[in-house]
Amino acid sequence: MTHPLADSMESTVTQQTEPAVPAPVPVVEMRGISIGFPGVKALDGVDFRMFPGEVHSLMGENGAGKSTLIKALTGVYGIDAGTITLAGERVSFAGPAQAQAAGISTVYQEVNLLPNLSVAENIMLGREPRRFGGIDWRAMRRRSAELLAGLHLDIDPGSLLGDHSLAVQQLVAIARAIDVNAKVLILDEPTSSLDADEVAELFRVIRSLKDQGVAILFVSHFLDQVYEICDRLTVLRNGTLVGEYLVDELLRIDLVQKMIGKELTALDDLEHRAHASVVDESDAATFVSASKLGRRGAIEPADLPIAVGEVVGLAGLLGSGRTELARLFGGIDRADTGELTIHGENVKLRTPRQAISKRIAFSSENRRDEGIVGELTVRDNIVLALQADRGWFRPIPKKKQDELAQSYIQALNIRPGNPDALVRNLSGGNQQKVLLARWLAIAPRLLILDEPTRGIDIGAKAEIQKLVFNLAENGMSVLFISAELEEVLRLSHRVVVLRDRNVVADLENDGLTVDSLLALIADGRVASDDEALDERAPAVAVVAVGSGDGPAASAPSTPSTEGDRS
Amino acid sequence: MSALAKMASNRLFWPVVMLLVLFAINLVAFPGFFEITVRDGQLFGSLIDILRNGAPTLIIAVGMTLVIATRGIDLSVGAVAAISGAVACSIILGSPAPGSLATVAVAITVALLISLVLGVWNGFLVAALGIQPIIATLILMTAGRGVAMLITEGQILTVNSPPFKFLGSGFWFGIPVAVIIAAVVFGLAALITRRTALGMFIESVGINPEASRQAGVRARGLLFAVYTFCALCAAIAGLILTANTAAADANNTGLFIELDAILAVVIGGTSLAGGRYSLLGTLVGALVIQTLVTTVYTVGIPPIATMVFKAAVVTIVCLLQSPTTAEALSGFRRRLAVRSGKGVAAS
Amino acid sequence: MTKLLEAPTTNRQPRQGRGTGPRGTAPTGSGRRPLAAAFGLLTSPKYGPVTVTGLLFVAIFVIGGFRYRGFFSGQVFLNLFVDNAYLIVLAVGMTFVILTGGIDLSVGAVVALSGMIAASLLQTGWSPGVVIPIILVLTSVLGLLVGLMVHVFKVQPFIATLAAMFLARGLCYVISQSSISITDPTFVQLAVSRIPLGAGLSITPSVIIALVVVALAVWVLHGTRFGRTVYAIGGGEQSGLLMGLPVARTKVLVYVISGFCSGLAGVLFTFYTLSGYPLTAIGTELDAIAAVVIGGTLLTGGYGFVLGSVLGVLVLGVIQTILTFEGTLSSWWTKIFIGALLLVFIILQKVLTARRR
Repeated sequence: MTHPLADSMESTVTQQTEPAVPAPVPVVEMRGISIGFPGVKALDGVDFRMFPGEVHSLMGENGAGKSTLIKALTGVYGIDAGTITLAGERVSFAGPAQAQAAGISTVYQEVNLLPNLSVAENIMLGREPRRFGGIDWRAMRRRSAELLAGLHLDIDPGSLLGDHSLAVQQLVAIARAIDVNAKVLILDEPTSSLDADEVAELFRVIRSLKDQGVAILFVSHFLDQVYEICDRLTVLRNGTLVGEYLVDELLRIDLVQKMIGKELTALDDLEHRAHASVVDESDAATFVSASKLGRRGAIEPADLPIAVGEVVGLAGLLGSGRTELARLFGGIDRADTGELTIHGENVKLRTPRQAISKRIAFSSENRRDEGIVGELTVRDNIVLALQADRGWFRPIPKKKQDELAQSYIQALNIRPGNPDALVRNLSGGNQQKVLLARWLAIAPRLLILDEPTRGIDIGAKAEIQKLVFNLAENGMSVLFISAELEEVLRLSHRVVVLRDRNVVADLENDGLTVDSLLALIADGRVASDDEALDERAPAVAVVAVGSGDGPAASAPSTPSTEGDRS
Repeated sequence: MSALAKMASNRLFWPVVMLLVLFAINLVAFPGFFEITVRDGQLFGSLIDILRNGAPTLIIAVGMTLVIATRGIDLSVGAVAAISGAVACSIILGSPAPGSLATVAVAITVALLISLVLGVWNGFLVAALGIQPIIATLILMTAGRGVAMLITEGQILTVNSPPFKFLGSGFWFGIPVAVIIAAVVFGLAALITRRTALGMFIESVGINPEASRQAGVRARGLLFAVYTFCALCAAIAGLILTANTAAADANNTGLFIELDAILAVVIGGTSLAGGRYSLLGTLVGALVIQTLVTTVYTVGIPPIATMVFKAAVVTIVCLLQSPTTAEALSGFRRRLAVRSGKGVAAS
Repeated sequence: MTKLLEAPTTNRQPRQGRGTGPRGTAPTGSGRRPLAAAFGLLTSPKYGPVTVTGLLFVAIFVIGGFRYRGFFSGQVFLNLFVDNAYLIVLAVGMTFVILTGGIDLSVGAVVALSGMIAASLLQTGWSPGVVIPIILVLTSVLGLLVGLMVHVFKVQPFIATLAAMFLARGLCYVISQSSISITDPTFVQLAVSRIPLGAGLSITPSVIIALVVVALAVWVLHGTRFGRTVYAIGGGEQSGLLMGLPVARTKVLVYVISGFCSGLAGVLFTFYTLSGYPLTAIGTELDAIAAVVIGGTLLTGGYGFVLGSVLGVLVLGVIQTILTFEGTLSSWWTKIFIGALLLVFIILQKVLTARRR
């Protein structure tokens, strides 16, 4: 594994003698940072550094530890191990206020400002000019007007922040951030709800700040934006450092590969068995089919047919629209364009309940917030969806509940095998199995699994993969989402690739390789092996590349993509 | 030792301890505390008094338990109790035969039906309009007393109706009628929620509303149901309170009873944050409150100062339930759980 | 109906307009004439409810003026302040708490408690100069305890203030179970004295005190960092924390302020009643909450003005006055009206905030 950072950081001497980059001393240097939460190691010995006058990007998938690292740098989380050096001085922050005072300013993904206060207050509050013991409103307004003018933002500092668009609020947040003479400006997903023009405006501001010597940390799901604005990037995976690279020297495909990583587990017995059945199933009846199904700000209109007994894998980076598309199939979010047919019949799925009545089950990637009911028992969690479908006045008899729970505990090897245990107390993998059991209990015809194997141990992972395979063999359709491309390839009959909220390819899993998928995810087109492409894919790919300069939609991203950051 | 620890981790442990301590204090102050005598085929004694006087609080607390389990609260129960008492009394007063069973039956039925309407109203504000429960029910809490006074025209309506009075101070098979009604309400609530899937849905919505939605649980109907049930409980309690004094006092019937009911629920170990509820805990909670009142009385403190003790109990219970206090404990517990979880995964 | 829209309305409107636009905030809307600005004013979560309240107050006052003889007088208007001075002070404290998204149920009981303390200490011959400071310190300490429970122990404000309510009410009974009348000459003097304003109009010293409290509160909320932090907590506690504002201290302090205001309101109430009675001011917390909500403060916090709460008190007062003039001394209509107004304003708040989001 390439690890240039580790090399260059062995000692300060190596760093100084490094001839290629006449780099000054890093403004931020974090070494060996570890942070643990109950049951999880969020960061494990991560090194990270930023130079003045540089735009740096932090890349990684779900659970990589990006948010945690940022929160460690901004003083929101305390660190368990490691050191943080700011402008050559060892620092340790007790809270965001201290980090801010030291010159580290942050603009969070969900704009963390106060919609009920004026623009001027949002810029200045906490260090407002005072006069006679009170706030000097005139000075405050003057200063904020100057800052806004510096960002070419022509709004009344006295107006309510909540009256402005998200893009303007974002710029106000930046105005606040740079007012403190920020040495480091952290922008966490600043572009996720901006349209192309607004992104261009933001980039102009970023470049001018960069010229003033500010070190900027730019975190984004959008590869094109990262390649447009960033000089250097650091890749994290599963709480560990993968490496630090110069953007110009790292191909997109290599970046995606580093983010997603290689599957290390040997699950030989399953290897490529999925492919065998592809041809047999190809003439099978279509179970559910989406045409031009989309939702503003979440997923552009997309076509997706799923046959009976077919496993369709959705591949793409976080924020590519993979979860958003699946949520429309599960009735979790309402589609605002397109339609869905089941066995050729038009259906409207407005609520999860309606989807369940059509025997469509959606298992969320956000296990804790949208999946398990932690304070209830394993048994209750398993029967919940089935019982909800029957209604409250037709209770499943206690004996039947026990049988159900017992049979799934055995079939899925749920540990501890006690139906009366509270789900909260189970390990992640076992919680995931309980969720699977809940959905299998309703005997679904389409099972949507969003990252069912994330954050669980290898044994449970293999069991879940085996299960998916067996279910499909028995005629269940499965929509399978995973950040691990090997897993997608191993299980899916067909792979649909998403990028920047568009479907860019719909491919039979015949001779597909991780590399060809990586190319699609990274560039929206296949680099060399074109034969793997479905006929319509190139056309779609062109569209995707065209909109690649910026995300096409302007509405805020859905909670699902925001809520899953750890 | 471990048996004791297991017992202490039961959510009923502390409420029961509290109740036993109160009993002990009573026994010291008044040796005849546990004596129950039979006079004219009717049971008498301090314990019977506690049960009878605690019945209205218990009935309301049962409804409140379910509301709180859904992450809600109902502040309007006192006002609803006052309205139902006022309705019943004004019907009885307005009828030519106030003593007839039929009149009382009509009065009670109408009072209960009106409470259903009030409950649906609360449910509508919470479930359909999405207003925070505490605020939504504040409206009826404020206006309800006015409505009750409108019905009584500002008077205290005194009725002379033996069948109605029977509701509050009568005995049936030697047991006070109020206690029997409370037992029936309690039993029905337990039966309906635990024998159907209602209880599970209520808890699931209270614990994790989004996960419940994705599992297909319909929260809206559920909220309507619990607020309506709670109002019904309040009306029943209001009828008992009114019958007990044979007078409807729009200002004072059920005054502060919402607070006692909430207190009973909290003492019983149901968290105000919603989720797992325990009707049995609520029963113990209601008994603790009523015994506290009795204790204050038997010990010789002015009964009216009970509120100071209630304040102390609320504070203690809240501090015990506080996440700040619980953090140290749960941190320890979680570490244990993680360790055992890892052990299992490895095996 | 058309008569109602004549001269008096236009005479009074600017007055209220000025009252609703506090200093130190954005100039948007206030004083602008175009229809669009008026619409923007009405649909803004910040100014909408309070504008409606202002119009409502004027409308009720004008309707009363046309219906009843002698209603439309300066003294009737001033009496709204005279009769509700204590409620104004309560509403000021409650505004601080509700702006942070909290609630204080203990204020009614604390009013009664401070009345009891005053009456019993004065009875034993203490000087008012000592008694009043003692009351204010004690009620502030009670507020401090509530604040610590809310912030440190994360007890819901509703429950923490409930405990305080029980405690205060219980302590009332501990002091005495019956009414204690006050004969202290200073208190009597303060109760009966009127301050003439000329033209036969007069107010009481309590009104002056209440107005001073209001002025102070306006300055604190709009002119100091503490005040802006109160708004910040209501707008988003997490954001406030990330902006480095003193959230913890502020959250505790609002309950201290509410405790202090309750104590002061209790003292003013004693000036009004000249007695201490443990059962007094039951349900006053609801009046205070209603005044704040009707005055345009969002119960979820973040939006609202002290002057709006004053306006809310005046609306409650004018309804009471109308009912008095109506001759039906039916206090129940007041409660029903308050409940209905609460409903209207809560739904209005819901609509305005939902539209914005």
